[in-house]
Amino acid sequence: MQQVFKRPESLKDVQTHYCPGCHHGTIHRLVAEALDEFGLQKKTIGVASIGCSVFLYSYFDIDVVESPHGRAPAVATGVKRARPDSFVFTYQGDGDLAAIGTAEIIHAANRGEDISVIFVNNTTYGMTGGQMAPTTLLGQRTSTSPFGRKQDTEGYPIRVTELLSCLDGVAFAARAAVNTPKNLMDAKKQIKKAFRYQVEGKGFSFVEVLSSCPTNWGMSAIQANERVGKEMCDYFKLGTYKNTANF
Amino acid sequence: MSKRLLVRGNEAICRGAVEAGCRPYFGYPITPQNDIPEYMSRVLPELDGVFIQAESEIASINMVLGAASTGVRAMTSSSSPGISLKLESISYMAAMELPCLIVNISRSGPGLGGIDASQGDYFQAVKGGGHGGYHTLVLAPYSIQEMYDLTMLAFDLAEIYRIPAMILGDAVVGQMKEPLEPHPRPSRELPPKDWALRGKGDGEQRFIKSLYLGDGELEARNWVLHAKYQALKENECRCEEFETSDASLIVTGFGSAARIAKTAVMMARDEGLKVGLLRPITLFPFPEKSFATATAYCKKVLDVELNTGQMVEDVRLSVARDAEVFFYGRPSGTGSLPTPEELLEQIKKHY
Ligand SMILES: Cc1ncc(C[n+]2csc(CCOP(=O)(O)OP(=O)(O)O)c2C)c(N)n1
Ligand code: SF4
Ligand SMILES: [Mg+2]
Repeated sequence: MQQVFKRPESLKDVQTHYCPGCHHGTIHRLVAEALDEFGLQKKTIGVASIGCSVFLYSYFDIDVVESPHGRAPAVATGVKRARPDSFVFTYQGDGDLAAIGTAEIIHAANRGEDISVIFVNNTTYGMTGGQMAPTTLLGQRTSTSPFGRKQDTEGYPIRVTELLSCLDGVAFAARAAVNTPKNLMDAKKQIKKAFRYQVEGKGFSFVEVLSSCPTNWGMSAIQANERVGKEMCDYFKLGTYKNTANF
Repeated sequence: MSKRLLVRGNEAICRGAVEAGCRPYFGYPITPQNDIPEYMSRVLPELDGVFIQAESEIASINMVLGAASTGVRAMTSSSSPGISLKLESISYMAAMELPCLIVNISRSGPGLGGIDASQGDYFQAVKGGGHGGYHTLVLAPYSIQEMYDLTMLAFDLAEIYRIPAMILGDAVVGQMKEPLEPHPRPSRELPPKDWALRGKGDGEQRFIKSLYLGDGELEARNWVLHAKYQALKENECRCEEFETSDASLIVTGFGSAARIAKTAVMMARDEGLKVGLLRPITLFPFPEKSFATATAYCKKVLDVELNTGQMVEDVRLSVARDAEVFFYGRPSGTGSLPTPEELLEQIKKHY
């Protein structure tokens, strides 16, 4: 009998701690599939960040080092420079990457480090209870913007992928989502492209994946999924922003 | 025999690090340690090493964290305010039991302070300056030769005990030039790095973390770290004893203060005073037993520091109960470095 669907080798056969309807688990799976498809599991060192995805080592069957909050691109730089033969990726939330870790992501990207970054944007600080993030949409209520985010006092949501694609050090930058089957297939392709850059030694690659946080958005899993498609995709446009090798 | 070189302390550290096999260096400019990144940027590329001038001290210590997690000998250097920025990650590395070398060519403070030689960072270095309760191994060289030798020792001890190591110096020992006799790293048996990340290959997954949420897990981890600190205290205390055997007053101090103090002790001896010097070389672990032993007979200790009194707390905890501890310190700043004559006066005052 032909097997048409199985758990990726790079993913462990365990239940995750993610809330029902959270996209972290789906994104883990796409990353694991991409690792498998390039045969990278055995030479990969993942860098976990501080956020709901901190337990990366519990779900991926790969070597992992935990990074202090926001510093994953610097940690990954150290790993990759010390072990250039390994495959190195970071997996970071939007609080981690777009707030406290702004300097580290910009400079790792600008140096053109040969690493890949998976940036999971759920417009909030999931782990700490749904506070406002730099990516929180205007009007969005969070536990620290209880009346909705206002541009006058809190500024605008940061579009990180657009920002990074301006840097000459960035070889590949794309934004994807996993809220529909089509978007999910596209997200998989973008992650694979990003990984191909590193596999071929072609430089820094970055994929932003729009993600849900039903728990902190105060929504059901279905409502949260719909919000990604309606509100988030509207402001954070999906697509390829930079693809220097035309993969 | 290898030829003698006339080099600055900061260069001696670099030479020691390179001899010890350190290849990646990550740093950020700050006076008075800039000769370290400058030297490394020239030398490491020739040795297939890595030099990165990072965007900040925070980034550079996290690059060290990443490199060290793969088992290579990695280092960073900075000066006081920069070390403050690194502390969160030093705490992580202590928790993760990652060996590395952090050099603090400290400067005067608090705040931006100044660039003069200072020992204001003793507490920060020795008491685990960051959060959560941890220690790093801290070595305090007082000569150019020691800058070289202790750098090599720091890398070895860091690996043996799986602990971040720190060299605590200042502008005096960093900037002054003295003859250095370079020599190969003394061979020492080192434990296998069965914890280092390398990609799991055909083996089991490895991960390096500091988050422990299970019932009792974190407490157990802390006891493991505590046992390591006890083992360091038991086995790795180092100090220099100079003319202490018949002394009726022992002067103590570390690093550059101890250098000035040693001159003062020799001047006192010339005048017939029975004065000795007990100089801690490891600040953590602090050579408690040497102080206890020395003060079993000699009941007067004069501690000299370039601050308003930090190491003196450890001295007081270590001496025999009936010993008297006097303190003479000057917080650093331009024109505040004590002279040997000034210290001789203090010796005579308490003798
Ligand atoms: C230095 C530091 N500051 C703050 C925190 C608290 N903290 C933990 S996770 C987190 C934010 C996580 O948000 P995000 O990166 O968006 O990840 P998510 O949980 O949403 O996936 C914060 C602020 C911390 N661990 N360390
Ligand atoms: S809090 Fe939000 S991001 Fe975290 S697991 Fe739950 S749904 Fe996912
Ligand atoms: Mg988030």
